Amino acid sequence: MTDVVVTGVGAVSPLGVGAAKLHERWVAGVCGIVDGEGRCSEFEPTEHFSVKEARRADRFTQLVLVATREALADAGWEDELPYPAEEVGTIIGTGIGGIGTIESNDRMLIEHGPKRVSPLAVPLMMGNAGAAAVSMHHGLKGPSYGVVSACAAGTHAIGSAMRAIQAGDATAIVAGGTEAALTELSRAAFVAVEALSEIGISRPFDGRRDGFVMGEGAAALVLENGETARARGARILAILRGYGATSDAFHITAPPANGEGAARAIIRALADAGVSPDELVYVNAHGTSTPINDAAETSALKTALGDAAKRIPISSTKSAIGHLLGAAGAVEAVATILALRARVIPPTLGLEQQDPELDLDYVPLVARALDVNGDRLLAISNSFGFGGHNAVLCLEAT
Amino acid sequence: MAEAPTSEQIEKVITESLVTFGADPDAISRDAALEELDVDSLDLAELSQVIEEQFGVELSASDVAEIKTVGDAIDLVAERAK
Repeated sequence: MTDVVVTGVGAVSPLGVGAAKLHERWVAGVCGIVDGEGRCSEFEPTEHFSVKEARRADRFTQLVLVATREALADAGWEDELPYPAEEVGTIIGTGIGGIGTIESNDRMLIEHGPKRVSPLAVPLMMGNAGAAAVSMHHGLKGPSYGVVSACAAGTHAIGSAMRAIQAGDATAIVAGGTEAALTELSRAAFVAVEALSEIGISRPFDGRRDGFVMGEGAAALVLENGETARARGARILAILRGYGATSDAFHITAPPANGEGAARAIIRALADAGVSPDELVYVNAHGTSTPINDAAETSALKTALGDAAKRIPISSTKSAIGHLLGAAGAVEAVATILALRARVIPPTLGLEQQDPELDLDYVPLVARALDVNGDRLLAISNSFGFGGHNAVLCLEAT
Repeated sequence: MAEAPTSEQIEKVITESLVTFGADPDAISRDAALEELDVDSLDLAELSQVIEEQFGVELSASDVAEIKTVGDAIDLVAERAK
């Protein structure tokens, strides 16, 4: 079976527009969270879209379109696809979809009646709108669909794309995740379910952590069949070595305390990759900063990695940008690839008083040089979603 | 209902809507083809809503399908609003 390689990446995040800003600012210890939310404040739709394009896309779609444009340019595809369009697919995850569109149309419905609900409501709010827009904007005619698995959607999208390429359904796929849910309804809803930090600080693995901080953003990765990518002389950023996906079948919003479903996903991803825990140089944690996630994830890492868990540096991107829900896994995969390539372990920001119950190396506050001594640049990236969805990627940077 | 709207009033509302939808203001004229203004079926569905709201004229899907130019739209609404 062919391997699947990453040849381009793009991201829009609370740390700025562009994958490089995500990487460089996180490594420098910059936090993109302002007033308790991770907003993409440097993203200005009019800089990227015509009037028509902008009003035909909910913010969640706009974000992934910009990330995709960057990823395709990064792969050298901005002028021409290297494969027949029918061989290039699009898989984009989201947790919620166009909730801003739903809310504005709901207000029209209540205030002015059903005749004032926009003809654009359905095409903007549907969860697959991101995938549809990417495929239309770039003429990608292979398989395209959305993936919906709450906070694991970005990772599931990448894993699904990897499998589709391995199965021969496509030669290349633009995979990613996107979310723009900083809206009144979703904010109130996440408060109601008691998931959000009341103090508005994201500090995973800290003893004072009290919930996650909402963020928005998107990332896209150009994934290609490794054989065809090498045959065309593509620059390869990373190789997707393994993917594991499991379900807790436990509770709609909570993992089991021992994180057994998450542990099985990690074990499956490593087995799929043919990688032993000893070979990992980094873990990009789900690390939400909720009391239960960070404890369950720590248990899962110990179960899945054994003694190696104590040695491997672990950090959480959410400490720098908040929780991007369905975009998180894709943004974190991009951040992981760029960190490995730069031979650096980005820090867990806000981690000043490590929870005494959590005893792994979470790389507090300051980035660390990654001294590989010729070892392979292997990492895992974890994502776990409401509903008990667990997805883990094993990546190797080049 | 109030007095029938003038052709100028209808033209103003339609032009403003098309600009909102993203059409080039300089390209809009009575003779301009909607297709050339990049106005598609979703724009026409929105335009129908605006026309109903402003002038009380309800356009059916088959009415809308007959509209090829900006002038067609103005004339159809003027005719129905009489």
